Amino acid sequence: MNLLLGSLTIGLILSLLALGAYIAFRIFDFADMTADGSLTLGGAVAAILLVSGVSPLTATLAATVSGVMAGTVTGLLYTRCRIHPILSGILTMTALYSVNLRIMGKSNISLMSVNTLAAMAEQLCQPLFGSGATLLLWGWPVASRDVSVLLVTALLVLLVNLLVYLFFRTVLGTVMRATGDNPQMVRAQGTDTGLMITIGLALANGLIALSGALLTQYQGFADVQMGIGMLVWGLASVIIGESLVRGGGLGFALSGVLIGSLLFRLMVAIALRFGLNPNDLKLVTALCVFAALVLPRWLESFGNAGWKRGRHA
Amino acid sequence: MLEIKGYRKTFHAGTPNQIKALRGVTLSIDDGSFVVVIGTNGSGKSTLLNAVAGSFLADEGSILLDGSDISSWPEHRRAKLIGRVFQNPFSGTAPGMTIAENLAMAARRGHFPTISWALRPRLLEECRERIATLKMGLEDRLNTPIGGLSGGQRQALTLLMATWQRPALLLLDEHTAALDPRSAERIIELTSEIVTAHRLTTLMVTHSMHQAANLGDRLVMMHRGEVVRDLSGEEKKRLRPDDLLAHFDRVRRREMLDESAAEMLAERYV
Repeated sequence: MNLLLGSLTIGLILSLLALGAYIAFRIFDFADMTADGSLTLGGAVAAILLVSGVSPLTATLAATVSGVMAGTVTGLLYTRCRIHPILSGILTMTALYSVNLRIMGKSNISLMSVNTLAAMAEQLCQPLFGSGATLLLWGWPVASRDVSVLLVTALLVLLVNLLVYLFFRTVLGTVMRATGDNPQMVRAQGTDTGLMITIGLALANGLIALSGALLTQYQGFADVQMGIGMLVWGLASVIIGESLVRGGGLGFALSGVLIGSLLFRLMVAIALRFGLNPNDLKLVTALCVFAALVLPRWLESFGNAGWKRGRHA
Repeated sequence: MLEIKGYRKTFHAGTPNQIKALRGVTLSIDDGSFVVVIGTNGSGKSTLLNAVAGSFLADEGSILLDGSDISSWPEHRRAKLIGRVFQNPFSGTAPGMTIAENLAMAARRGHFPTISWALRPRLLEECRERIATLKMGLEDRLNTPIGGLSGGQRQALTLLMATWQRPALLLLDEHTAALDPRSAERIIELTSEIVTAHRLTTLMVTHSMHQAANLGDRLVMMHRGEVVRDLSGEEKKRLRPDDLLAHFDRVRRREMLDESAAEMLAERYV
């Protein structure tokens, strides 16, 4: 049960990373490599502010803004300096590694005995669960801290998803979606597509940094390496979500991303529980993404071949 | 009023693929005038439209529209004044988005997109009314993604979008070339209706001699990046498709003469 609670919470937190990846990769068709850097950036900014006594809400907000800035840099490299999308992201990501070290001052910051959103969540839910350290959830004893954190994270993530959904239904959001769909048309309607892409990347990396800030506070430390491979993680969630939730609408797509992230984290937790070496995790993740990308196509051609054979026989 | 002065554009300059697409085009179009542009393949007629729309900037020359010098304006800024319909029916609309969402963007063409609700009830009502004028039954399908519509339907919507706010200039780039004959005919009818109703200043490129003879009040013929004929008034009214074909033949024959003469001279003297 504890395993389930933990993986659901991390799944929710990382669904914001997946949402950022979805915006860059799917809405703008922009292979944004900034993610690995901006996730750590969010964690680093949140951690250093929390350690110096800033309130958790302000620290989380500042972390989000730092991600917005990182995304803006990538966007400007691409649109104003005309650097290839992938290279723009890699440049920002590489630069961010040093920036993150500078911000943190060392490679790891512990948040033990510091007031974080997790601690706030616990306090917030205290009237709900009483003061006991454990409570029974469908007959299972679980730490009330874990339940409160899960609850507050779920509310926060749903709120962010709702805001993102509403944003993409505004005029600005509509034009941004159209920019990914048909940039020529957007220019003909009088909007600078470069600006739209920059705003989109800022938004995407803001969400990713928010995800990093929440992750840092949940796990109780920030590490300069925490972002490595996270982009693939986010993409895995996006792809799983897409294969499960089919439907044209924006609402479907966003909930698909959320469900994909939860499921993916659950799968990882189960795999680790059954003895997967944590060192192999990134390799397995990459293989999963590969399989999710290629298998449907192979199965389809396989199925077609079988069907044709059947008809000829 | 549109004024193009001494416009020159060379693509891939300095390479073996160098193309002198426009060689000093000067053209002035009065307000409310409907100009049809024709020309042989590679004559620069589409390039001229793209030059006005701002797909690229001039090597030399200037473009004035409604009193402003738009020569250095980027494409999206010119779109404030210019409505466009492209040859490719897929270019003018965002396929993954609904009819209503596409029209919502056109309704705010040239204004910076705001953070306000895109599909307001009043706008949807206006969409329904305006789409009904197309007589295609699309007014009940506002929430259908445009990608599922036919080329003709998409061109009709693009035309509606380009003229939703009265543009200072309407550019039509062979906008029926990729359609089946019946759809093409319907789009030409619509074009004619809309341009007349709003008295729009229009620049239309076409490959159809039939359209060239029957539409517009002025005809410009281009050849090798230059304006070679410019007919208006009675002369344009009397024009028949056969006259145009004959004229094209003459141009082509002169061309062949040029080339064979050059060859003969080369043989003799080089």
